[in-house]
Parts: sequence; structure tokens; C-alpha cells
Amino acid sequence: MSDSASTKRATVLAVTSGKGGVGKTFMSANLAASLAARGRRVLVLDADLGLANLDVILNLFPKVTLHDVFTGKVQLEDAILPAPGGFSVLLAGSGLVEYSRLTPEVREQLLRIIETLAPRYDHILIDTGAGISDVVLYAVSLADEVLVLVTPEPTSMTDAYATIKVLATQQGRREIRLVVNQVGRLGEGRTIRGQLQLVVDRFVTPMLPGGEKAPTLELTGEVPLDSSVREAVQKRQLLIEMAPGCAATRAIEATAAKLAP
Amino acid sequence: MHPSQPDTADSPTLRLAPAMQLLQQSGRELPDRRAVGQVVWLQAVLDGLCELSSRDPLTGLANRREFELVLASEIDRVARAGEPALMLMIDIDHFKSINDTHGHPVGDLVLKAVAQTLKECIRPMDKVARFGGEEFAMILPNCPPSFGQAVAERVRKKVESCSVTIAPGQQVGVTVSLGGAFAPQWVRSSAPLWIDRADQQLYRAKTEGRNRACLEQPTVSLVSAEEKGLLFGTSKFADLP
Repeated sequence: MSDSASTKRATVLAVTSGKGGVGKTFMSANLAASLAARGRRVLVLDADLGLANLDVILNLFPKVTLHDVFTGKVQLEDAILPAPGGFSVLLAGSGLVEYSRLTPEVREQLLRIIETLAPRYDHILIDTGAGISDVVLYAVSLADEVLVLVTPEPTSMTDAYATIKVLATQQGRREIRLVVNQVGRLGEGRTIRGQLQLVVDRFVTPMLPGGEKAPTLELTGEVPLDSSVREAVQKRQLLIEMAPGCAATRAIEATAAKLAP
Repeated sequence: MHPSQPDTADSPTLRLAPAMQLLQQSGRELPDRRAVGQVVWLQAVLDGLCELSSRDPLTGLANRREFELVLASEIDRVARAGEPALMLMIDIDHFKSINDTHGHPVGDLVLKAVAQTLKECIRPMDKVARFGGEEFAMILPNCPPSFGQAVAERVRKKVESCSVTIAPGQQVGVTVSLGGAFAPQWVRSSAPLWIDRADQQLYRAKTEGRNRACLEQPTVSLVSAEEKGLLFGTSKFADLP
């Protein structure tokens, strides 16, 4: 799989959610590790430029970050770090406040990073910040595919819907992946996808240019509430390494399998 | 290259007559005949043909083909630089009734007059094109959103203020409706989506009575109570979190 991939470009997947605190960074890291375990070359780009915490999740203390790349202090190559789980990361660090606005510099830098690194990996995951700010929307626009992470909470569903609406109307997204995190029981993900699709069909599709394909939500995964998740985050370990075989790990692995069949 | 030689199977020659005819008909100065067959001459012919294929013959404005090229490069520029760019779709009001009342030659006069007026409205960096029929399109790079309405309004007033002389002593007034949308600020934005957004605003300007300019309002990310109601499977909007 990886040798055929060496001639082509990575699939760039943006992980976004609207609402913060739904497990975006946790999911990006564990999905990346699962993809790596399937033999894929994976890079996670921490695009939460204002309040990054991929380093915290992965228990890394980076000496070089995107900040140094942006200022030209180091080469892009030198900022790519190995992460536990067998994938690579580009960390933002938490001091990138001056880059949390979408300046032409941030645009050009992020575009250059993706263009430079896409030929070297099979998957690039862009971990975006919360919200639907222009930095988040720009980061998503760099990706081939977008994954919206949602939990069964009404606030999360509302923000996920707002994100989907903006992506469909402003960026012309027609296929959007949905992963439902923290489900109480398996099957709840399908219900939530169904609800979101219903509202999209009713309110978003009529806003689109006539004759265009309607946006569809694809349920790529559902991950159950699992006490191991909290424990892994507390211990700053990857769930799939700390608790192989637990319900959430199996669900994340099933999700990765859909991303990399 | 020996365009003057007869065509044989061994040495195929260029058939230039149709091209030269088109160039001649357009009123362009023809490339210097003394250089026939030389690269510099051929380049001049190609330049002439490119120019022809990017212009609207009636109004002399850029045609839709040229406009779409400009659009693509503007989308790329906006994605990289993040500068705002405004697209205006401009449609002559009641054009059909001008044609029906005064005949097609007068319709052509009106099209030319409006085209000339639009040309006078733009900065050197802007582009105005005849998009098709009585519809024109404009791209204004680096136009701040706060100026959009004023810019569109200025174009509208300028057209409204000039009348078209259709016969000695006989003039007709003409107005336009305008729809505007700012460029998508993202990578992978599509030109058809941008055009469609401006078109939707043009439609709004038409239905709201014509001779007006409507620009897209940035309200799309709001989630209404109705949408929330459907999302949570209830119609009691007031009770929602």
C-alpha cells in the first residue's frame, strides 16, 4: 500500500467540530495512530494556532514548533516530530497568538506546508481549532475531505450543523464525514447522523445553486463513552496504546479502517 | 513554414485564409505582409486571434470566456492573499421591451451604451465583461466589503443618469439591476459557486423592483430556531437550550 502511495499525494483530512471540547485533538491523535498501525504514513498538522494542545495529548515537549517555521528560524523539515504511535506531527505550541488571525502570511504558510508535505505521506490530518472562524474555515479548505466530530449533546449538534452549513454553502462541500463521539449506546450515531441530514436536506440544500448535488453526511464512525478515554487523556497517553481492545479503541480502529480501506 | 505554398501530402501548409478573413473583418490592423511565414508574423496572427476570441464583438468588452479566466486567477489570488474581491452581475432592466418597442438595432445601441458606461466606472485593475445577452459582469479586486454597496450603487446611478440617443432628437433611458457577492476566501473555491451567489443577489434586485443593487449579506452561519427545532425533533422552539 505504501509503495503505490509514494507516487501520489496524501489524502488531506480536516478534523473539525464547531464546538470545542468534543475530543477533536484526542480523536486526531488516536486516528493517526490507528492509521499508522495500518501501515500508512501519517502526519498530523496542529492548525489550532491560537490554543493548540496536541502536544499535551501526546505528552510532547517540542523545542521547535510551527512558530519557528513561520518566522523562518527553522526549516519545515526540522519541525516535523515523531509522535508516540508511529506518526509525525507538526505542533503549533500554545504561543501562536499572533497567528490566530488569518493574515496573508498564515494563508501562504499553511498552503505551502500542505503542498510540500502532501507527496510524502499517505494521510495528513489537520486538527483545526474550535468554532467557525476564518482560520478554521481556511484550514478546512486546504483539505480534500472533512470530518466533523460531534457528540450527542444539543450544543455540539447545533455547532456541528452550523459548521456543515457553512462548509456546504461557502466551500461547496458535498460529502462530509461525521464521527459521533461519546455515544451512550451503539446506534446513537446513526440517529444523530439522520437528524443532521434531515435538517441539512430541509434548510441547506435549498440554499445551494439549482441542480447541484445535495450535501450528504457519511457516518464514518461512532465512539462510545468509555472510562478509559478519560484515563488516557489524564495520563497523556494514546488510548489505542493504553487500552487496546477497549470499546472506544475498537471504535476508533473501525473508523480508521473506513478512512484507509 | 511556407503558408504561400500549395498544400501537398509531403509538406502540409497552414491554411490561413479563414483566420486572415476574421482579422480583417474585425477591423484590426493586419500583420505586416512582408513578414508572411516568419515567426514574428505568425505570432501577430495568433495574438490577433486570441484578442478576437476574448472580446465580445458588439460591445468590445471582454467576453464570458475571458471573464472566466480572470475569475479563476482572482480566486487563486484571494485564497492566497485574503484580499476581498467583489463580483457584480449587472442586468439591463426591461431589455426585452426595449427590443420589442424599438427593434433590435436599438437594442444593440443600448447594449453598447451600457457597456461604455460600465467601462467608465471601473479602475484599471477591474474587469468588466459581457456575460451573455443583456447581462454584464464585473470583478473588482481589493474592494473592501464596507465599500461594496457604495460601489454597486455608483454603477447603478451612472447608468441611470445617461440616456441613449436612438434617433435624432429621440432618446431612451435605461436602468440596470445589480447583484453582488464577495469572493470565497478559501482554497478550492469554485467559480460557478461565486457566480451563482452574485446571480442570486441579482435575482433579488429584480424581484425587489429593479434599478437597484443587492449585495449578499453575511448571515449564512446563523442557525435559526426553526432549524434547531427540527434538529432536536421538537416544534417547541422556545424550550430549546
